[in-house]
Amino acid sequence: MATTAVTAEREHYLNTDYGIRSWLLTTDHKRIALLYLALITVFFFIGGFFALLIRLELLTPAGDLVQADTYNKLFSMHGQVMIFFFLIPSIPAVLGNFLVPMMVGAKDLAFPRINLLSWYLLVLAAGMMLYCIITGGVDTGWTFYTPFSTAFSNTHVIEAGLAIFIAGFSSILTGLNFVVTIHRMRAPGLTWSRLPLFIWSIYATSIIQLLGTPVLAITLLLVVFERAFGLGIFDPTRGGDPLLFQHLFWFYSHPAVYIMILPSMGVISEIIPCFSRKRVFGYGAVALSSIAIAVFGFLVWAHHMFVAGISLYSAMIFSMLSYSVAVPSAIKVFNWTATMYKGSLRFSTPMLYAMGFIGLFTMGGLTGLFLAALGIDVHVTDTYFVVAHFHYIMVGGAVMGYLGGLHFWWPKISGRLYPEWLGKFAALTVFLGFNLTFFPQFILGYLGMPRRYWQYPPEFQVLNVLSTAGSTILAVGYVLPMIYFLWSMRYGKVADPNPWGAAGLEWKTPSPPPTFNFDEAPEVTWEAYNYDEIPAPEEVPVG
Amino acid sequence: MADTPLMTEHEEGLQHQFADMQQQLNATSLGMWLFLATEIMFFGGMFLAYLVYRYWYYPEFAAASRSIDIYLGTINTAVLICSSLTVVLSIQAIKLGKRKLCVMMLLVTILFGLAFLGIKGKEWYDKFEEHHVPGTSFNAKDIIEKYPQLHVEPAPMQIFFSLYFAMTGLHALHMVIGVGIMSYLAFYTWRGHYTQQYHNPVEIGGLYWHFVDIVWIYLFPLLYLIDRKPLR
Repeated sequence: MATTAVTAEREHYLNTDYGIRSWLLTTDHKRIALLYLALITVFFFIGGFFALLIRLELLTPAGDLVQADTYNKLFSMHGQVMIFFFLIPSIPAVLGNFLVPMMVGAKDLAFPRINLLSWYLLVLAAGMMLYCIITGGVDTGWTFYTPFSTAFSNTHVIEAGLAIFIAGFSSILTGLNFVVTIHRMRAPGLTWSRLPLFIWSIYATSIIQLLGTPVLAITLLLVVFERAFGLGIFDPTRGGDPLLFQHLFWFYSHPAVYIMILPSMGVISEIIPCFSRKRVFGYGAVALSSIAIAVFGFLVWAHHMFVAGISLYSAMIFSMLSYSVAVPSAIKVFNWTATMYKGSLRFSTPMLYAMGFIGLFTMGGLTGLFLAALGIDVHVTDTYFVVAHFHYIMVGGAVMGYLGGLHFWWPKISGRLYPEWLGKFAALTVFLGFNLTFFPQFILGYLGMPRRYWQYPPEFQVLNVLSTAGSTILAVGYVLPMIYFLWSMRYGKVADPNPWGAAGLEWKTPSPPPTFNFDEAPEVTWEAYNYDEIPAPEEVPVG
Repeated sequence: MADTPLMTEHEEGLQHQFADMQQQLNATSLGMWLFLATEIMFFGGMFLAYLVYRYWYYPEFAAASRSIDIYLGTINTAVLICSSLTVVLSIQAIKLGKRKLCVMMLLVTILFGLAFLGIKGKEWYDKFEEHHVPGTSFNAKDIIEKYPQLHVEPAPMQIFFSLYFAMTGLHALHMVIGVGIMSYLAFYTWRGHYTQQYHNPVEIGGLYWHFVDIVWIYLFPLLYLIDRKPLR
């Protein structure tokens, strides 16, 4: 604690101003990142609460804890909260907001006030979602399929639809800010080929947010119009086509998966070179594969509709196009592995998350290939196989990357170190709990247990008990970091500007950074990930 | 530190996060172009729905299209084209340092915008009167009786009018926002915020206005001019 006095003297973004106004009216991207962190953490635990209720209900075959109607609402709100109020904003709005200006050597994002506006839009949307939850929720699933959502559901579809509509504009404005910042605000000498891979993946993500989200916005708005004003665009009794809704919905919602996973891939691309003390293997391939995933991601949406009645020929084409996503994804996995090969590895907490990510993402990706295959997809459509697959991507992939990134940059964000042994313990807990929760679901789905039912035949009980047991372990793994991060903000050891000996501009400024990020405007004369020129720290500091 | 090279107050209108005026100009222009790209995707969803249903229900779309007022629609098209001209003139005026002319042109643009909205409101009112609004009180008997040789069904006409109200309604919402932006620009031009040297916001606001105009240029033929040739 001897160095605390020194830190207290130096002015940085956290102590430059105090009081609620200085936070709620800030245009500093770093403070806005923390505002996002607070907001989405609340919603992560709300969504997690629904998940635990779902798992508790499925502990026994009979529908005993909740009845069917309540169960429908539980999984619907779990999905909507987790996707639109946690996963979509998670890495872009928290870590992206904090890091993009620093990584490109800028004082702030291109549009700081629009950045604050997008946080307020998410607050507004979150308030509407909370209102929807408290007044009785919504039971359409997160997918709002018509005509159930437009003509039959008696729940709060309009409120939920408008909440997600508004959250979408928050996401669009964040993406717009990033694209402009990356194009126009790079420091002198920071060419595209010298950009950190995190920036490349955030760039690809932002492109999806810009081009995909408006389509979801208009689709949900048409659903709202249909319920509120009696328009009939998706109403089959008037000649409207529910399949058109599905096309429009998945045109956004499939690429939305890449909004969740691409930023995580960017985080992993930062962590692995740092803890392997090597330049990332195949920089150009990893960078361009992010763009390729964004492009291919827009061409595969109808694989969610293989059994919905689309033509066999279009199903075959979408099946083949879906395989194409595997190529850039595999490029990334192989390059990360090659980066670690013969590196001097150090298994710090962020590295544990990164390695967990690689394993879980690989499983999620490979089972995605099963689902892209027409014949197998028909067999396992709407079973727990699908549920397990996308949780391996969204939780095993996206959330592992998010937590890994939070640990990696926490010394920069807070200026403090978290307790390393607790960090490692939590990382292992998350990994084990996750696999225990979701691996049994692959088997359940393969055996034919359908998703979205509140009860099931007794022969599925053993695997469901395993899954529920895993979910409680997973919950412990998620609560722990929140506790020790909060603890470390006050009691953690003071961090150096660059505790991991990492490359990248954000590590060349003090921790926490000054309000305008750099004491003097940086100029870049080196290549990205020049770990051969950076001495490894004698030992990684342990908080 | 917060006080060193960041406060460049001498350059008028330069925000702190940018190094110089050129960077700010490039960034804000790119920002608006990207926003317009998202708007294309936003309207794109409805254009796709229109495309599908017009292909499926062509006779109904053609018959329903005949029932909307082509004269008012044409006048509105002319009004919007004129408003695009006045926006360009306002930008040119401020570039030449003619502040008052710029304010005048922005005010004329606002008037054109309000005229458009008024005429649009009249058209919607007529549709309400004729029971052509989708929903429980929808009644297209008049169209079916007027064009018996087309053999059209009433149900798909509801889809046409659903699209008509959704598309023109969201376009009108964009017009309202546009009028707001133009009023903001006119007020601050009048107050002398924008000058020959610094007029980027006027250009960017103009970009938005042109986009809303262009959407109408597509909506007009798609909704009003499907098949207007005289029936034998």
